[in-house]
Amino acid sequence: MSSTANRRSEWRSQVSETLRFDAIRAQWRRLPRRVRGAALPTIVIALAFLYPYYRTWLPDIPIFGDVPTVDTGVTMLIYMMMAIGLNIVVGYAGLLDLGYVAFYAMGAYTAAWFASPHFENVHVHAGAIGVNPKAAGFHVSIWLVVVVAGILSAIAGILIGLPTLRLRGDYLAIVTLGFGEIMPQIARNGDNLFGTGFNLTNGAQGINPIDPPGFGATLNRWLGLPEDFLTVSNGINFFYWTALVLLLFTVFCSVRLRDSRLGRAWIAIREDETAAAAMGVPLMRTKTWAYAAGAFFGGIAGAYYAAFKSGTFPDDFFFNISVFILCMVILGGMGNVWGVLVGGGFLAYLNQEGLGNIGQEINKNLGTNIDVPLYQFGIFGVILVVMMLFRPQGLIPSERRKMEFEEGVADEPLYDVRHAPDG
Amino acid sequence: MVTQARRAPLPTVGRRLQGRIMPAIGALLVALLVLWLVVNFIKTPAEFYRLFLIGVTNGAIYGLVALGYSLVYGILELINFAHGDVFMLGGMLVATMVTTFGLADDSGLVLWSMILLMLVIVMAFCAVLNTTIELVAYRRLRHAPRLAPLITAIGVSFILQNIGLVWKGPRPTSVPSILPRGTVFTIAGVPYTWDKLIVLLFTVPVLVALLLLVQRTRQGKAMRATAQDRDASAMMGINVNRTISFTFFIAGGLAGAAGLLYALYITNIRYDEGFRLGLIAFTAAVVGGIGNLPGAVLGGLVIALIESFNNGLSWATPGSDWTQSIIFAILIIILVFRPEGLLGERTPEGV
Repeated sequence: MSSTANRRSEWRSQVSETLRFDAIRAQWRRLPRRVRGAALPTIVIALAFLYPYYRTWLPDIPIFGDVPTVDTGVTMLIYMMMAIGLNIVVGYAGLLDLGYVAFYAMGAYTAAWFASPHFENVHVHAGAIGVNPKAAGFHVSIWLVVVVAGILSAIAGILIGLPTLRLRGDYLAIVTLGFGEIMPQIARNGDNLFGTGFNLTNGAQGINPIDPPGFGATLNRWLGLPEDFLTVSNGINFFYWTALVLLLFTVFCSVRLRDSRLGRAWIAIREDETAAAAMGVPLMRTKTWAYAAGAFFGGIAGAYYAAFKSGTFPDDFFFNISVFILCMVILGGMGNVWGVLVGGGFLAYLNQEGLGNIGQEINKNLGTNIDVPLYQFGIFGVILVVMMLFRPQGLIPSERRKMEFEEGVADEPLYDVRHAPDG
Repeated sequence: MVTQARRAPLPTVGRRLQGRIMPAIGALLVALLVLWLVVNFIKTPAEFYRLFLIGVTNGAIYGLVALGYSLVYGILELINFAHGDVFMLGGMLVATMVTTFGLADDSGLVLWSMILLMLVIVMAFCAVLNTTIELVAYRRLRHAPRLAPLITAIGVSFILQNIGLVWKGPRPTSVPSILPRGTVFTIAGVPYTWDKLIVLLFTVPVLVALLLLVQRTRQGKAMRATAQDRDASAMMGINVNRTISFTFFIAGGLAGAAGLLYALYITNIRYDEGFRLGLIAFTAAVVGGIGNLPGAVLGGLVIALIESFNNGLSWATPGSDWTQSIIFAILIIILVFRPEGLLGERTPEGV
């Protein structure tokens, strides 16, 4: 053990000797700290915003083939949002949620209810874009709908959390899994709820079309913002930028939450529930807030994804998706926003086009005929197992989480279900 | 365990809810359930008997799978998500064997010896598979935070599902029907067929043998000791690793037997069937009191009866669209309000 550590530090010092750009470093240090701190995020955000413009000039990546399309980029950004939302629950508060897809579904269906011709008996219009003013159904501006979806999902999170958060970790995981399985079933059977004939979710066909995002005629005239994402020529770019703005908002909230009083309470609960309770952290309230916050971002992501795909279908909300998002969090590093961003982007890319590209590449070069996307969920399974066995802290771990995995935590929670309080 | 000392008092509202209102709600639910069953029985007795017989048969299979969850949970406190998928692979192996051996339901003694041979093969296969999973995916994580092995279990479950998908494709694999389906006896015009009886005739001896193994043998004693306190049993000279491996071996064997019965009785199997049935069986194990072996079988029966009645009865029944939701609702309600299950004891060390 110690010999490898020595070798590693030797190697490190050699590298740093050969790669020491002393002069540049000294110049860099003279800059004020705020400038230095803001430099990297600014560059990354600028690169992300300009991606649709320079994408076509980028060379192919070996094995992976073409760089992701802007379309895939939108999906990646939305999945990254969901991963960050789940990271609040799993990474910060240490509550394993296997039913995160329920919040995603909640958001998607909220968008479908309030911005589509689904409800035929009502005529409510509130700032929707690109809709015939006489069309039936709720047509609320998609920006408002996204916020409402977040709030409704957060409420759903609180409702699910209140009875269940008393449970111990693995039981909680199973209960959330149960909710995650019930949700799509309600979506699938919701076209005739309890025999009353009330069509809530339009059953297996799903609800479409959902109104497109847009800024309307006034803002278009004054600021040149696109009136309707679907009718402008480079609409996909606007979808991309909007997703990016939403993601930045999510990341900002997530980081600020982590450093807030609430976030520190989450981490305290994760590390040792008993000690946290002894220090006066209200367990139930703190955990419920973690659920609500995670659900909020899941709902926003779900609503925006529904608007992007212009429809929502019950088959999109299977357990697989919950595990897929969990996989992103674990691959990137539980609790670390930057790691989760990388993990989420990479896996969403693999899922969207990466696996197909890799399959083509392999089949072309080796003359085989393997259908690589068929192995998709096996690959995610392997990622889960390998990461947990060999690098439980994730590829880009948070310092704190890493220490917990190495030293262990007091994992015996206070409200242990097997010691029922009235028993 | 020191949990006794550091248990914090619940808020009074919560305690009052737990103390009075919750049992009342529970009693109300049970009363409604009984009312529903009785009304349906009076309206359509024949249908009721038919569904009851189906439910009991399915319940035996669920019980066998649930026993595997219960055994593993009892000893490691781990929800072995991969268990249902081990069962599924067992079923697929049986499907392959029935086709390769070219079995048909008219071959008499040859057929029965072949079924016994298949039983041995599939039990051995699943037992070895389950032990290997423990060795590879869970053993290293024995001292890790509790959620770590749960996450690897989900990963293993996905891997096994993918193996099933690649092996047999996304469509259900049909198994040639080789069990005799003649009538044993008839109640109220409803025939009880041999295939259902055979499922029971397989399950009951397995359960008895398992109970004897756990309660009467040295190995069973080692299992109970390990479940109660791993460190103390290691100090008493019990080989903890071997005992845990043995438990996984037995659980895998049960999954294999269930896979054989399922494939032969239901006569088709799909790659995601294991996951679905695994969740049902886990619910059964929780309903019966997880870690409690007779409880697992009882839970299997209860869940299977509810499922079958819900699929088939006509009066005030949600119908098969909602079966899955109802089962999960039961799981959630039991976990939240009576986590020790129907037969579980309220003791800290309850295995």
